[in-house]
Amino acid sequence: MSAPDPADVARYVDEVAPLLALPIPPECREGVVRNLVGLLIAGDQLRDFPLGDEETAPVFEP
Amino acid sequence: MRSSDGLGVAAEVRTGRASARETVVAALARIRARDPGLNCFSAVLEEDALRDAAAVDAAVAAGRDPGLLAGAPFAVKNLFDVRGLVTLAGSRINAGNAAASRDATVVARLRGAGAVLLGALNMDEYAFGFTTENSHFGPTRNPHDPARVAGGSSGGSAAAVAGGLVPFTLGSDTNGSIRVPASLCGIYGLKPTYGRLSRSGAALFGISFDHVGPLAASVRDLAAAYDVMQGPDATDPVCASRAVEPCLPVLDDGTEGLRIAVADGHFATGGEPEVFAAVESVAKALGAVRRVTIEENDRARAAATIITASEGASLHVEDLRTRPLDFDRMTRDRFLAGALLPAAFYVRAQRFRSWYRAQVREIFREVDVLLAPTTPFPASRIGQDTIAVGGVEVPARPMLGRYTQPLSFIGLPVLSVPVAGPGPLPVGVQLVVAPWKETTLFRVAAALERDGVAAARIVP
Repeated sequence: MSAPDPADVARYVDEVAPLLALPIPPECREGVVRNLVGLLIAGDQLRDFPLGDEETAPVFEP
Repeated sequence: MRSSDGLGVAAEVRTGRASARETVVAALARIRARDPGLNCFSAVLEEDALRDAAAVDAAVAAGRDPGLLAGAPFAVKNLFDVRGLVTLAGSRINAGNAAASRDATVVARLRGAGAVLLGALNMDEYAFGFTTENSHFGPTRNPHDPARVAGGSSGGSAAAVAGGLVPFTLGSDTNGSIRVPASLCGIYGLKPTYGRLSRSGAALFGISFDHVGPLAASVRDLAAAYDVMQGPDATDPVCASRAVEPCLPVLDDGTEGLRIAVADGHFATGGEPEVFAAVESVAKALGAVRRVTIEENDRARAAATIITASEGASLHVEDLRTRPLDFDRMTRDRFLAGALLPAAFYVRAQRFRSWYRAQVREIFREVDVLLAPTTPFPASRIGQDTIAVGGVEVPARPMLGRYTQPLSFIGLPVLSVPVAGPGPLPVGVQLVVAPWKETTLFRVAAALERDGVAAARIVP
């Protein structure tokens, strides 16, 4: 488990946000990158954890 | 009759010894005098409140039942719909919306029981925060030290009770937003089981974890408000179709026969000594010597953070696209980051949630009540970014959810009690039980209050 490189995350933000029609204002970019780094670290914590056949389908009554 | 005693007020009004109008006039005067220094209220409904109070008095005069909470003043976090009021949810963006055409279900039920709504209360924008440092509307101040935060996101709801403005309020709790401010302001706060109370007419945030619930100056007011709000609601798909299980009748039942344990590990580390001392004082009073360990709480917090960021961003994505700079700078970058997270992260977090729930279910086969701190430290200063815990500087705001987040992650009912102590600032202890066992929570909380171990700190 290693923290993602903020420069890599910044590139991801610059490339992906326009594809999602989500323009990132220049004054937000640094904060968005910092927060996305945090979320990716959180995701890393879960990736390593062995899960069984946990079911997560929401209840849907047709 | 104390102004912080809702059922006491109602008893006087119901028997004609006091009028609802006089009660409401006095409460409005307290708000005028004290709220400028606290910044709890975003709207005060003077005209509506006086009209509703007059209706209660008319019912009493006509011999009709005015309701359990007749004439008791209350107020609600400004994410609840109130007929005739714009539902701000702490945002400037929503200020442009039309006024709500009807009350949220829980607001309507309280009004139906004779309680008189005095207004709407400040919060973190869209409930995304633990401190109620709202950049648009200003911070809500802690009544015990106005230089400190009230906690959040239901900060206005907690400070309005602790400041002696109203006896009880409503808040919402996604990762700790009722329990954290209840702890920092020294009052009682209930986050019921996920799905117990209707969220219909409440602005949502993290739909997997959103709960609504009461905050109060006494256990019996907390129980009365909770009991009145219970019951199925077809307009909220998450609200369970369970019968009402009243808690007021169990307040004198005591704790005999309950298996009570202290949560150790994660819940016994990462906080200041005074919060663990508070847990120990509760444990001692209840004769709880057993320790139990819930595993993988850091991962639970990580998963809850991912789910909250993803669901919150999804709810607001159109505004994030078109007017990101109208968001509070305290929430904006976190919402935008959540909108950029791949779906696989979200699904993995939901799968982990099922694993964590299964683990905790096993614990509740052998234990009825778990004790844990509510917050890792008392109220931090307004504007404070980091705080020393055990000599290590940590980010102050997210750390406030250290002990609350893993529990709301799996929808457990939790009641935060204010622990009587010598410190200048209050802290709370969480009573945690298995899903749908709220009656047990109230038995324990009432016993602690009766024995003086728990006591709300209300500004006189």
